[in-house]
Amino acid sequence: MRTRQSVFQDIDWIMVGVYLFLVAFGWMSIYAATYDEAHRAVNDMTQNHGKQMLWIGLSLVIAAAILLFDHRFFETFAYGIYGVSIALLLGVLIVGSEIKGAQSWFVLGPVSFQPSEIAKYGTALALAKYLSQYGARFKERKVLLTSLAIIFFPAALIMLQPDVGSVLVFSTLLIVLYRQGLSGWWFVVALIAVFLFVMALFMKQWTLQLFGDNEIGGTWIFLGALTLIVGAFYYQFRKQKGSLPIFSGGLVAMIGYYLSVDYLFDHLLKPHHQNRINELLGIVSDPLGAGYNVHQSKIAIGSGGFSGKGFLQGTQTKFHFVPEQSTDFIFCTVGEEWGFLGTLVLISAFIFLLGRIIWSSENQRSEFTRNYGYAAAAILFIHFTINIGMAIGLAPVIGIPLPFFSYGGSSLWSFTILLFTFIKLDSERKFVLR
Amino acid sequence: MNNLEQRKFIVISSFVVIAIIFLMRLFYIQVIDDSYVSSADNQALRFVTKYPARGIVYDRNGEILVLNQAAYDLMVVPVLVGEVDTTSICSLLEIEKDAFIERMEQARNFSRYRASIFKKQMTSEEYSRVAERLYQFTGFYGQKRSLRIYPDSIAAHVLGYIGEVNQGHLDKDTFYRSGDFVGISGIERQYETALRGHRGREVLMVDVHNTVQGKYEDGALDVEAKAGENLILSLDLQIQKYGEQLMQNKKGSIVAIEPKTGEVLCLISSPTYDPNLLVGVKRASNYKLLSENDSLDPLFNRALMAKYPPGSIFKIIQSLIGLQDGIISENTGITCNKALVGCHNHPSAQNLRQAIQMSCNPYYHQVFKRLINRGEAKSYFEDSALGLDRWEKQVHRFGLGERLALDLPSLKSGSVPNVELYDRIYGERRWAFSTIYSLSIGQGELEVVPIQMANLAATIANRGYFIDPHLIKEPLSTQSAITWKKHNTGIDDVHFTPIVDAMQWVVDKPGGTARRARIDSIKVCGKTGTAENPHGKDHSVFIAFAPKDDPKIAIAVYVENSGFGGTWAAPISSLIIEKYLNGTIADTAKENRIFRADLISMEDED
Repeated sequence: MRTRQSVFQDIDWIMVGVYLFLVAFGWMSIYAATYDEAHRAVNDMTQNHGKQMLWIGLSLVIAAAILLFDHRFFETFAYGIYGVSIALLLGVLIVGSEIKGAQSWFVLGPVSFQPSEIAKYGTALALAKYLSQYGARFKERKVLLTSLAIIFFPAALIMLQPDVGSVLVFSTLLIVLYRQGLSGWWFVVALIAVFLFVMALFMKQWTLQLFGDNEIGGTWIFLGALTLIVGAFYYQFRKQKGSLPIFSGGLVAMIGYYLSVDYLFDHLLKPHHQNRINELLGIVSDPLGAGYNVHQSKIAIGSGGFSGKGFLQGTQTKFHFVPEQSTDFIFCTVGEEWGFLGTLVLISAFIFLLGRIIWSSENQRSEFTRNYGYAAAAILFIHFTINIGMAIGLAPVIGIPLPFFSYGGSSLWSFTILLFTFIKLDSERKFVLR
Repeated sequence: MNNLEQRKFIVISSFVVIAIIFLMRLFYIQVIDDSYVSSADNQALRFVTKYPARGIVYDRNGEILVLNQAAYDLMVVPVLVGEVDTTSICSLLEIEKDAFIERMEQARNFSRYRASIFKKQMTSEEYSRVAERLYQFTGFYGQKRSLRIYPDSIAAHVLGYIGEVNQGHLDKDTFYRSGDFVGISGIERQYETALRGHRGREVLMVDVHNTVQGKYEDGALDVEAKAGENLILSLDLQIQKYGEQLMQNKKGSIVAIEPKTGEVLCLISSPTYDPNLLVGVKRASNYKLLSENDSLDPLFNRALMAKYPPGSIFKIIQSLIGLQDGIISENTGITCNKALVGCHNHPSAQNLRQAIQMSCNPYYHQVFKRLINRGEAKSYFEDSALGLDRWEKQVHRFGLGERLALDLPSLKSGSVPNVELYDRIYGERRWAFSTIYSLSIGQGELEVVPIQMANLAATIANRGYFIDPHLIKEPLSTQSAITWKKHNTGIDDVHFTPIVDAMQWVVDKPGGTARRARIDSIKVCGKTGTAENPHGKDHSVFIAFAPKDDPKIAIAVYVENSGFGGTWAAPISSLIIEKYLNGTIADTAKENRIFRADLISMEDED
């Protein structure tokens, strides 16, 4: 066993560097979005950019503290942290404050935080620990179900707030299960489900255009085509044992699902979610109503051109045409002021960071660290995808922050904790006994 | 286990796939599709047109003829108009709710993102009341324009008017944009390019509430408006005004010219109208009133466009051509033979001076005959044609039969008949002196417009030349190349002595036809004329210049349907001359007679 010279010895400084770059770039974007003649001072505490400066400072303290922890702390207290976050999620349903229609915040004087932020972290730790103990028996139904329960119990509590965005974040933890051996077919099934959902909504629209009032026409044509495609696949696999019940069962399930999309859409989703999805798919276009955010966001990003308008020169973001521009729509500022070059750099930085987390997760001796790495990457990835996707009109508008970038203390701290826990665990890889 | 390790590639690949989709999308909206740029500019930038002040017009003494007054257009950008309290904005703007809805609809049809005019040309008082509460209505703002104002309400026919550009202007000159003003007639049209100035532009940044947030790129794209050039006209405001007063209740015109320079001192067409009527929002309806509902046709500029036969005044030209060609001398006497052409009762002219003084018709019948038939060809017809051809060219040199180089649009040329004209009327060489003799006394196919007669008076005053009559006094910097040409009539100045003497006698001597033009302190030279009018009473005409030896003013006065030239036209001329030269009128009885005369209703009584 080697002896360590310093706590900071085996830290992945490249990863830390990317983190610092993202935080700094994010702060500049917040400054650009809130900057005006009256509030030039970078530490103006009445403005978001001034406060974010403080949050960044505290994040660095937190990051340093995590690096000084004993690495065994995380694995040891994984279930404990998970338990605390479940308790907080229950608590917020009772004594939480409602902000923007969701009862998801604890407000303590000037400080407010979302327990769902902690829950993501706690769930990642708990899932990693559980799978490091029982991962070998993953094929057993009990282990699989327990893993799913660890993920979806907090998700269900969050659903009660309700906060759809955070629920979506939890479902990406399935990537960890995939690494553990969950069949890739489930993701294919999920993709098919999304596809059918979209098609069902579209078909309503297209039928109206193609067949007038006869709403059934398009549906029959689509279901006929679907049956033919499934039939063709079955023909390919007809020699294999049990393929007939699988394909016929699958087809029935797909048709049933397809026919119930309308009902699910109308009854499960709230009107504003329905609007956002319709807007995203282009079924309705209402740039002054439901589509206002995305419309303005696309104008801001699109007007940046190849190299952008320059730092502090963005008119769309600076003059408040884009709503939520220092939080959910922070990406607009990058797009407008730094242009395609800026967005290219930002996206590359994120993908580099995510790829590096996955890559070094596979180099771990500790299964706990590996699983945790996958979980952290998955959480960061879904935030990245939904946030940027919605800003450019490729994902529905779901208010979740861009990690390290968006304004807000609690989200910045929780992403910092999420990442630096991995950096800490990773730095210990040479001292872990297999 | 090894197998599962490879799943990292799938996971990382799916990250990369998402990133590539994002980047493709971003490349499309940021680099390929540039519609977002214009959308952004449309909503965050406000292009404010800075309208230049139109040039001010002064008279020769620096008195203001036309100046500007501020007016405001209320602009609207439909996309920025949110929930609007229709009732309160309607009461603020004093319009009906239906009108509000209709105008908003029009504005939206034009463009949702661009400003269009919601209410035109509000006065400063109206606008200041509206401006106080305009903050309540996002999407609306005021745009300053300037309208013309004519402090003395005079010289409508000279100054002309401005109006909104039409499609023709827009097609012809890219300078103009819809809603701009352009000079439509008069000086406003003639000197449009100098008067209009240069539009400026200000690019402002506005936030989502349409509140101005400062200049875009620190004003790098801004252009200051450059005010139009001020013009100094040769008109004398006092004389113009006085002339218009004298011509009240009379139809006709007055044109006065400074002989040495060709500067037009006054140019009056009566009846006239108040130029302030053709300004602002009421322009169209007032124009309709003036053009359709007024039988006296006040918009018609008689001084430049009304064609009359020159009548007896033409005898001066005949005399000069005769003298120059040696056909007559100042001592030529001719019997007043009324068998040749009608005449009034007077003793036969013993010399040229008397012929002019008494305006003897048979005398000029004979002079013209000698001018036309000089025995240059064997055929009487051919001889007449040769004579007319030479004569016509000489007459043209007096500025007749062609457009003078006056700096006003819509000037007529009048006409001097030529050989081709008579060949066309009577057949080739089927006419002779006996066919065309009425030209000898300024009748027949001769036509002149009043300013040509004023120009003739100036030519005589100058003893043989005229300078292009013009209204601009100071050269314009943009058109500094304007030079006014001197035109020689080809008549030697010695021949003017008897003519000028005779013209003085016309005014001063007992038996002169224009005794009413006499001014004790000034030697006035003049000539009466009567323009025959086949439709009613003849038109009274008088041309004059003064003082005799150093002429400062030459004038032509036309008073329609008032009979003989000495009765009305002569005293009006003398009043203008006296006012211009002395500043006051000694004989107020003469003045009052003119002020009181209502020759328009009198005509109705006929």
